[in-house]
Amino acid sequence: MNIPQYKEIYDSANSPGPAVEEIKAVLRNKDLMAQLIKRDLVTRYKRSVLGVFWSMLNPLGTMIILSLVFSRMFDMRGVYPAYILTNYVAWNFFSQSTQFSLNTTLWGSDLFHKIYIPRTSFILSTVGTGMLNLTFALVPLFLILLITGVSIHLTILFLPLAVLILAAFALGFSLLLSTLVVFFPDVNEFYPVLLTAWMYLTPIIYPETMISDVLNGWLLRLNPLYHLIKIFRLVVFEGVVPSGMEWLVAVIIAVITLTAGWVVFTSSNKRFGYYV
Amino acid sequence: MSKDQSLPPNQSTAVFLDGVSVIYRVPMEKIASIKEFAIKKVMNKLKYRQFHALNNIQVTVNKGEIFGIIGRNGAGKSTLLKVISRVLYPTNGRVWINGTVAPLLELGAGFHPELTGMENIYLNGTLLGHSRKEIDQKRDEIIAFSEVGDFIHAPLRTYSSGMNARLGFSIATAWSPDILLLDEVLSVGDTAFREKCQKRMQEIMHSGSTILLVSHDIDIIKSTCDRAMLLDHGQVVSVGAIENITADYKNLLDKGETG
Repeated sequence: MNIPQYKEIYDSANSPGPAVEEIKAVLRNKDLMAQLIKRDLVTRYKRSVLGVFWSMLNPLGTMIILSLVFSRMFDMRGVYPAYILTNYVAWNFFSQSTQFSLNTTLWGSDLFHKIYIPRTSFILSTVGTGMLNLTFALVPLFLILLITGVSIHLTILFLPLAVLILAAFALGFSLLLSTLVVFFPDVNEFYPVLLTAWMYLTPIIYPETMISDVLNGWLLRLNPLYHLIKIFRLVVFEGVVPSGMEWLVAVIIAVITLTAGWVVFTSSNKRFGYYV
Repeated sequence: MSKDQSLPPNQSTAVFLDGVSVIYRVPMEKIASIKEFAIKKVMNKLKYRQFHALNNIQVTVNKGEIFGIIGRNGAGKSTLLKVISRVLYPTNGRVWINGTVAPLLELGAGFHPELTGMENIYLNGTLLGHSRKEIDQKRDEIIAFSEVGDFIHAPLRTYSSGMNARLGFSIATAWSPDILLLDEVLSVGDTAFREKCQKRMQEIMHSGSTILLVSHDIDIIKSTCDRAMLLDHGQVVSVGAIENITADYKNLLDKGETG
């Protein structure tokens, strides 16, 4: 009999390890991520009249409210709205990406029971969608920078790098969270509370100097988001190129979190099917 | 890697399962609070019952074969398909698969009601592991086969359930996979479309694909399969020629009824 030739071989006894295997699977299904991002963008606003403009209007609305409430508390003259919006855009990207990743892991499980898809593709695409939304939000951000007279500095050229570092951290953190939520579903209820606390512990609506001496400055130093959002703020709002040390700290935080997240998630991946 | 060509897995093997077990841990007692959980965990008093959904499965399926998996409800048939489609990673044992696996278990997986039929072709297609380019090539064929016509540019929520199923079937069967997993024989829609479905399935079966067909219906297995496996309580009762397996299955059912 003529034996047909099938191309790929999968052997559970001969695997390069879950972390590498997952990277290969994601690359094989790379078109899937684009489709998932497209789905998220298209369906999110499909029934609304203003559509994708909401990605720009939402942060703007939050900025207006926060400015009205807090501008008397923190004396930053007329640039306060621009300060808030800069921080908020970065923060919003992080909080949304991580929260949506949690939901994907929990509610996407229906699909994971039916067909084999690399689960990380879904989390990657969630962070990807977040990056696109962040890009849309840059439009009102630049507008506010110009209106408040902060102006757009040449340091903006470092923005892609700042976003990439933040995205790597968001991805790593999402993977860690998603692993946790599979085994402890309560994480899903707890995380929004943690996010609220985290937002107020990070200099987003108030200037950094306000808490720079708390616990001898360790409150700031131990907060990874402080370092990452600061880079973002320096290049967008302050017009200052971050120092070598500041870059280094940010990159180290992002790389460690991403590596840890990838390894933890992929090595627990095999057990996910037994839980969710 | 197998050096010996006579031992599976070898060139003519499509699926090789070696001592595959799927074991769930079911808590013995109800645990009311996290506190109770923590205390019991620390004191190592958490008792679990082990449930073997699959127990030490040993089977080799050859390329081009139409292989039946038969058994009563809860015998572990669907779990076995999940292991082969890599949705579930076995607790123990080795899974060896040569070829692309297409599980035709659920049609239209991941369909989104707000997206158009066309957008869903791409979404569903990539979820099934196809590249954008591959879908570009098959797109028109899929639309023609599904008979949804101009609705292809309308959101899926406007589709009738028949149109939905037809589109799902058309996408899932547009490519002939190396290994096809079937939970019962597939056909959707009205009588005319059912015939088309059956014709399409026949084409796939004769294109060199290996087919694993799960059923609890003895007649379907008998009429389509070359070889089969009888599962009961997660264990292999027998593997072999279709006549022997159907006889064993009848015995099992009789025994079940009397005892």
